Amino acid sequence: MITKTISRRNFIKLSGMTGTALTLGIGFSALGKDSPVLTAALAEAQNIELNAWISIDTAGTVTIINHRAEMGQGSFQAVPQIIAEELEVDLNQVKIVFAQGSQTKYGSQITGGSSTVRGSYKRLLRLAASAREMLLEAASRKWNVARTKLVAENGRVIQITTGEAISYGDLVAEAAKLQPPKEVKLKSPRDYKVLRKPMPRQDIPMKTNGQAVFGIDKKIPGMLYAVVERNPRFLGKLKSFDDSAARAMPGVKHILPVKMRVFSHDREGVAVVADSLWAALQARKALKVEWDDTAFPHHNSEQLYAQMREDVKNKPALSFRTKGDFKRAFETSAKKLEAIYETPYEAHACMEPLNCIAHFQNNKLEIWGPIQGPDWVQADVADLMGLKPEDVTVNMTFLGGGFGRKAFLDYPHEAAVISKAIQAPVQVFWTREDDMTQGPFRPGMVYQCRGGLSDQGRLQAFETRMAGQNMDHQNPGADKMAYNSNVTEGFLETYLNSMPHYSFSDIPLESPIPVMWWRSVYSSTNGFAFESFLDELAHAAGTDPLAFRRNYFWDARYHELANRLEEVSGWKNRKPNEGWGVAITECFSSIVGEVVKVSRKPDGKIKIDKVWAVMDCGWYVNPDTIRAQVEGSIIMALAAATKHEVTFKEGKAVERNFDSYKMLRITDSPDIEVHVVDNEEKAGGVGEPGLPPFTPALTNAIFDLTGKRIRKLPFALEEV
Amino acid sequence: MASISFTVNARPHTVDVDPKMPLLWVIRDVIGLTGTKYGCGIAQCGACTVHLNGVPVRTCSLPVTAAANKAIVTIEGLSADNSHPVQQAWIENQVPQCGYCQSGQIMAATSLLKRNANPSDSDIDAAMQGHVCRCGTYPRIRKAIKLAAQKMKNPTSKS
Repeated sequence: MITKTISRRNFIKLSGMTGTALTLGIGFSALGKDSPVLTAALAEAQNIELNAWISIDTAGTVTIINHRAEMGQGSFQAVPQIIAEELEVDLNQVKIVFAQGSQTKYGSQITGGSSTVRGSYKRLLRLAASAREMLLEAASRKWNVARTKLVAENGRVIQITTGEAISYGDLVAEAAKLQPPKEVKLKSPRDYKVLRKPMPRQDIPMKTNGQAVFGIDKKIPGMLYAVVERNPRFLGKLKSFDDSAARAMPGVKHILPVKMRVFSHDREGVAVVADSLWAALQARKALKVEWDDTAFPHHNSEQLYAQMREDVKNKPALSFRTKGDFKRAFETSAKKLEAIYETPYEAHACMEPLNCIAHFQNNKLEIWGPIQGPDWVQADVADLMGLKPEDVTVNMTFLGGGFGRKAFLDYPHEAAVISKAIQAPVQVFWTREDDMTQGPFRPGMVYQCRGGLSDQGRLQAFETRMAGQNMDHQNPGADKMAYNSNVTEGFLETYLNSMPHYSFSDIPLESPIPVMWWRSVYSSTNGFAFESFLDELAHAAGTDPLAFRRNYFWDARYHELANRLEEVSGWKNRKPNEGWGVAITECFSSIVGEVVKVSRKPDGKIKIDKVWAVMDCGWYVNPDTIRAQVEGSIIMALAAATKHEVTFKEGKAVERNFDSYKMLRITDSPDIEVHVVDNEEKAGGVGEPGLPPFTPALTNAIFDLTGKRIRKLPFALEEV
Repeated sequence: MASISFTVNARPHTVDVDPKMPLLWVIRDVIGLTGTKYGCGIAQCGACTVHLNGVPVRTCSLPVTAAANKAIVTIEGLSADNSHPVQQAWIENQVPQCGYCQSGQIMAATSLLKRNANPSDSDIDAAMQGHVCRCGTYPRIRKAIKLAAQKMKNPTSKS
């Protein structure tokens, strides 16, 4: 399989390499919905931008455009797997081409919100089925045999009675002249041959022999290398710099002040550009830079958390989601509980630090890099650089991790600014320290939860007040009084229906620290508060924690998940001297339940014996990819719960590298068993929803074993 | 500048570079083999691991002079066609997610299996704990190492 990038304008030309081809796409509709499937010819005739995903040439080669980034979550495989199913081709005959950034052409391309599959699968299935039907129709005409006597299989059309076969390649010329069908019948999941099967991922062999090209590996002719000394405080200005020593160093080409956009502010720095990365890194050390950091507060973590603790108790909240009368229901409850939960700031710490290549010439910009949202980068960087979006081309490489960080536009913007200034192609390289200390970070949060139980142990009042930075408040012109619509993220939808009186609200914290999405976003911290507190309420009610949750399931889907979790984990066979914890969260339209079992080792330290996860993500593509994503989500959650956090001192991030931001290692990796629910529900996310339930399931298990309730993260597992 | 000779994947090279330059940048930017990755620059993550005279080393923190007249093997030298049993075991277990750390993981695992044909869980922990994977592929790495050990004895072994 070949991976290469093509120009969007040249797609139709290029995909028809052997001349004639059946090229099908979805016409972009301004209304967004029900866009028609069109052939290239029809689209051209009607001057419609073609959202082109499939092209079959006369050799029978199928070219599929992958419009999403591949950062480890398996979209490289998922998109072709969806298409291969309805097109009736072997995955091995499929060539995958990374799309370039273009919002009009592909719709949203952001690989975030676990959206790759759930955002596009229905359109992809319809597109592939349309191509298949056109090939069948072409064969029917060619042979003069009724359509009902033909089947499509493995890249060929076959006559059922005679067994005579013709390859797709021999049908494309005829098929390309046909009108795409108005309606297509999609397969029942029971008949899937490729979907829902653990197909091996096609990007994996490139990742075991060093051939996969990540952003950091990409080189273009004449490319220079830049590193940037940026202000370690988030709103600081550049006062002055002395580059006399740096300029004299070998290989140095340019030294210049540079600004990149971070939400509403410009992050200032000094860029050192050289003919090699090593030369640039050396010269950067010889720079002398003075910053002006007078105009904003220099926070310490202690101050931030003291403020948030004060806020959840006393500051009026921006109310968001309420039902019934929490206050009255709480006051009249037989048993009242209250607890404060604290979660830390985190770095994304992708193994591939940020980097980006930009080439600005003749008022056009081309970008290459590990980018989660190429269409966003195209639009936003064009805007910041005063270019038209069509003059900005964004090429995706493989991403060495993303987790939300590589959906941000700062690093492509900075590369573009430098390239424009020096009039040469340049790769901007971020050291691990740059990557870890500049943010944006996952915001740390403090939650105050209150709950009331009736004398029968029924939950009658539930409240969460969340204090912390609101990601949306950082945008230019943001309304700082706007509530955070994500205060219930992570909470089961069914609880919002079944619980009679609740209130979820937030108290935004003002700080110069830039914050943004981190795998599973607000659910990554909300889940800990919600599911720890439900466990506390279950214990206060004297009810089994899983049974307690079941009392508030109104939908059979949740009961099925709980039953499966109970069965696979052996929840009913819990033994003394074992600690068992459960948590169930919902995010990006997927429901995940996890059970953790812990015990004490002979030396008295806590050991995670096993983790069971049940993922209900509705319609899905590849069960092995789901298992891998849930395993990875659990390990990332365990790391954030027990190993690392970002702290701030005098307005600067303290943790600079893996010596202080301690990553989870194989020695701490638990035994994990993942189960995937088979149902016909709408597709939900896969890459993130496995993360939020893990930490509360772990701390609930620790409580079950030790009676000690952990309400502040991170904590040292070996010290419990 | 210093002139330093070594072999990379059995090919002789002589480079004329700053003697302080870490071997990582020589391999990536001078020789042009980019399978070996930068992760932390302080020998904490293992993404930059290659074999130097058969021993796994952290090239981000090793000056190029340490490689003089020695034999370097990078991920590209293990096999380009993924025929090495460790690569095969990695593919069969679908280990990589983003894949960025995997070159280092594979080089460490290969070295472990050269020294120890039947590694236990604690042997695997000891050999692999210097290698960070943010995607969390550790459970699959453990399985793949055990499969690779079987494959080295019997190439037809399956997971």
